[in-house]
Amino acid sequence: MANKKIDEATGIETVGHEWDGIEELNNPLPRWWVWTTYLTIIFAIGYMIVYPAIPMLHSATAGVWNWSSRGQLADEMAEGAAKRKAATDAIAAMSVEDLVKDEKLMPLAIAGGAAAFRQNCVQCHGSGAAGGIGFPNLKDDDWLWGGNIKEIETTLQHGIRSPDDAATRTSLMPSFGKDGILTEAQVGDAASYVLSLSGSAPNDAAAQRGAAVFQANCVACHGTDAKGMRQFGAPNLTDKVWLYGGKREQVVGSITKAHAGVMPAWGKKLDPVTIKMLAAYVHSLGGGEDFTSAPAAPASGTDGNAKP
Amino acid sequence: MQSPDKVNKNTGLYEKRKVVFPKAVDGPFRRFKWLLMALTLGVYYITPWVRWDRGPYSPNQAVLIDLASRRFYMFGIEIWPQEFYFVAGLLIMAGVGLFLITSAVGRAWCGYACPQTVWTDLFQHVDRLVDGDRNAQLRLEAAPWGAQKIFKRALKWAIYLFIAFWTGGAWIMYFADAPTLVREFWSGQAAPVAYATVGVLTLTTFVLGGFMREQVCVYMCPWPRIQTAMLDEKSLIVTYKDWRGEPRGSVKKAEKNPGAVGDCIDCNGCVNVCPTGYDIRNGPDIKCITCALCIDECDKVMKQIGRPRGLIDYATLEDCELERAGNPPRPITKALFHTRTLIYTGIWAAIGFALLFALGTRSRIDIKVTKDRNPPYTVQSSGEIRNDYTVKLLNMEGRPRDMKVSIDGLPGGKFWTGDMPREKAGRELTVKVAADKLEPLRVYVVAPDGTKAQKFTFVLKAMDEEGAGDSSEARFDSPVEDEGEGQ
Repeated sequence: MANKKIDEATGIETVGHEWDGIEELNNPLPRWWVWTTYLTIIFAIGYMIVYPAIPMLHSATAGVWNWSSRGQLADEMAEGAAKRKAATDAIAAMSVEDLVKDEKLMPLAIAGGAAAFRQNCVQCHGSGAAGGIGFPNLKDDDWLWGGNIKEIETTLQHGIRSPDDAATRTSLMPSFGKDGILTEAQVGDAASYVLSLSGSAPNDAAAQRGAAVFQANCVACHGTDAKGMRQFGAPNLTDKVWLYGGKREQVVGSITKAHAGVMPAWGKKLDPVTIKMLAAYVHSLGGGEDFTSAPAAPASGTDGNAKP
Repeated sequence: MQSPDKVNKNTGLYEKRKVVFPKAVDGPFRRFKWLLMALTLGVYYITPWVRWDRGPYSPNQAVLIDLASRRFYMFGIEIWPQEFYFVAGLLIMAGVGLFLITSAVGRAWCGYACPQTVWTDLFQHVDRLVDGDRNAQLRLEAAPWGAQKIFKRALKWAIYLFIAFWTGGAWIMYFADAPTLVREFWSGQAAPVAYATVGVLTLTTFVLGGFMREQVCVYMCPWPRIQTAMLDEKSLIVTYKDWRGEPRGSVKKAEKNPGAVGDCIDCNGCVNVCPTGYDIRNGPDIKCITCALCIDECDKVMKQIGRPRGLIDYATLEDCELERAGNPPRPITKALFHTRTLIYTGIWAAIGFALLFALGTRSRIDIKVTKDRNPPYTVQSSGEIRNDYTVKLLNMEGRPRDMKVSIDGLPGGKFWTGDMPREKAGRELTVKVAADKLEPLRVYVVAPDGTKAQKFTFVLKAMDEEGAGDSSEARFDSPVEDEGEGQ
């Protein structure tokens, strides 16, 4: 601050610095502006007392309000649960059969189920519920264990082949090829027959040989008409939906070495309301069945106009 | 130019504010200011109370920003959030209008219409009402605190607070049904945000209008800075005609020495009436908001001493040069209409006409289709291919309407919705859409096995006499690739 001087043109004192002949005038700030600065400093001190601020060895000082982002999240979650309480209580008090008919609660249940689905189900069924090889597509109208909301709830509650639930849905298809029940040729014939049922392969000599194999080995579970039996979770083989793939080698593979997919019994992990909401959501995806529709799937598999 | 002896030797961190005590004045500009104050404040306070019948399904407040239901009502116009470009257009018009006004008549906005100016003016009138005119105000300011001063300050600030409260109170009326909100407000049932808004606006009006005043224009407002760049030698600004006024001298001096002194008698009237306390004789400055009160005062003085009016007057710098050289003043139209103002007027009007055209031709029925992409399709057990869509039907009219949704294209395709059984699937469906509402539908479209990926159209038609409609193209995905347009 050596060279403070009065600028001639304006009569104002300079700050005393010079950069290549350029000097700066010392124009003072208005007082209220200065006060604003002091106020922000006071505010900052208050903030440091009230909120976590000063870093210590392991964590920051807690602050007198004891605020934490984790605590805030817990509060907000509790607040959300309290807001939903009326709806969740009502859903808890009713059966899914009644829920599906309730025009007011069903949309809420679907929304809640969608959220729970994203948290618990997408790992296998995919975020769009379209599944994949070995993981059922929940949007279509083909159901292994039943597609009305009650059956869906049961599946969710007890799971499929879930080892820790006595009431789980279970069945076991033999590995016809691997265990030597059928020869390789017989397996191939059976695959040809099964594929011909949905029009995916021609009804040729192999398929006709396979029909005999099928009648001898498969009808106990899949039925004489091959339309499956839901009490065993045996799939309908005349439709176009294939859980483990509909190509010839995939079908051959399934007969040779049977699959036995597992789904956890969610009743052990989720509360009954969440299960109901999940059932509502899955039921709403476009393929849900009502209680009157026949358990066997479509009337005809091939003409593409099975349902009006 | 300041001489060194006027310099504030105390170069601390702050400059003490020199409080302004403007003197009351009368004249054509003051009366124009009164008129504009009545107009702007009147519009501000009365608008929310104007009623407008929109039928049983919509609110009957003429101007309403309904944030909760996301509707913007302005007399006969209703704007949905996706039509917000109308508001954006209005804001652009306001911006260009400000440019236009500035290039034509300088800082007229600052001088007459800016809320800061209007409320400051109002508060200065309160000062005069309670404390008296300039001299009385100065005396009271200098007087020690006593019963009278305390009483007058308390009264004045109470009036400030009253005005400030009503300013904030009127603001919230634009965001809800005004009569209902008033009832709720006073019975303590209004939303917390209403009280908070009134509180904040009361405080800002009280502080900015009652105490900060010209400091807002000088230190806080960006507009004077922008205007500095927009004013040129063709802009009308309040000008002291120094070639006529200088050198200053009293009437007596002029009588003794005719011709030696100019018209300015240095009465300081122009400074005394200035709401920002500026001396216009120093030339244009950020502090001059061109309210023209100094013109009124100077004209009055000139009349008293028998000299022609207009020593301080609206003039462009170009005109000043002409006048200085002894030419007669040009007509005011010359200053108002020049290339820049005409260009701004053109832009302003073009945007206005475009908005009016858009408003006149906009549709009050709309269909919006969003396709589910995950998964792109679902194969049904029958082999049929299903695509799922969220279809939104918008009924922007203030009455319920039956609307027919149908699909065009996609041979063999049928659809059903989430709230009807699949057995009732067909190629068209009639939906009742409530007044002024959006109806979302979950739509499942199935097409026969082997259908290729292709485009088709959702068509919407209102089943009333007008028969307005809309359509939206959608993509149908399939495991069977199409030839041309597949990815």
